[in-house]
Amino acid sequence: MDRTQLLLSLSFALFALGLVGVMVRRNALVMLMCMELMLNGVILSLVTFAALSATLSGAVLVFLVFVVAAAEIAIAIPIVLLLAKERHTLDVGAWSELKG
Amino acid sequence: MSLENVLLAFFAASALAGGVLMLIARHPMRVALALISAMISLAGIYAVLGVHVIAVFQVLIYVGAVMVFMVYVIMLLDVRDPSFLERYGRAIVPSIVVAAALAAALAAAVGRGQVMTAARIAEAHPGRVAATFEVQPFSAEFIGRYWLHFELTSVLLLAAVVAAIALIKAGRRRDG
Repeated sequence: MDRTQLLLSLSFALFALGLVGVMVRRNALVMLMCMELMLNGVILSLVTFAALSATLSGAVLVFLVFVVAAAEIAIAIPIVLLLAKERHTLDVGAWSELKG
Repeated sequence: MSLENVLLAFFAASALAGGVLMLIARHPMRVALALISAMISLAGIYAVLGVHVIAVFQVLIYVGAVMVFMVYVIMLLDVRDPSFLERYGRAIVPSIVVAAALAAALAAAVGRGQVMTAARIAEAHPGRVAATFEVQPFSAEFIGRYWLHFELTSVLLLAAVVAAIALIKAGRRRDG
């Protein structure tokens, strides 16, 4: 198996694992971490292509994505903490009345 | 099989194992540790690929900042939370089927396509200089060409800090 194919398959596998985690797990923090796993899978494919085509702008783009991910976590965790404070649980089932 | 390929396979297997453990582990702290191990394996993959700057960023930003924050929050929480005991919701079988189908479709597309190699890219774009990902050329490119983006990230981070403070204040105001 070619190296690029191996890395891209790993990236898809990580994305799929994260997707299963987001859909299956009940704990809001665990769901957040599974989203991070999905993002890591996508970043892996981005880095693979950047390294393959030897473009520095790809590496710069990865850095910018890292910054966005850090900002996202800085917002998402206070939201999760406020949700947990309101219902005294991290179980997303406690918020099932939000379903449309 | 060269040493690089052996290392790549090892780190790839380790990252996959971390991802699977995240689904199985019950306590969020174990999930966080599994995610950290997966992220460090990915940093190893980036280092093997020669993208050292990204490998360092992966450890510094993801493991050092994001996951430490996450672990800190987990330690703040109540351990008697019922969501720590019951791992899975109801839609477990359909979601696994959907995700497996997605991964299989993507992997099949990759397997069918033409293998892209650095040589083939160089052939398609003659006269292009291949970059190396060491710290010095990366920094020169970053500060030389992308300085505006770099400055804008600081604005984004400032906005995130302000938004986080505003969220906490809004929560306090509703309580009191």
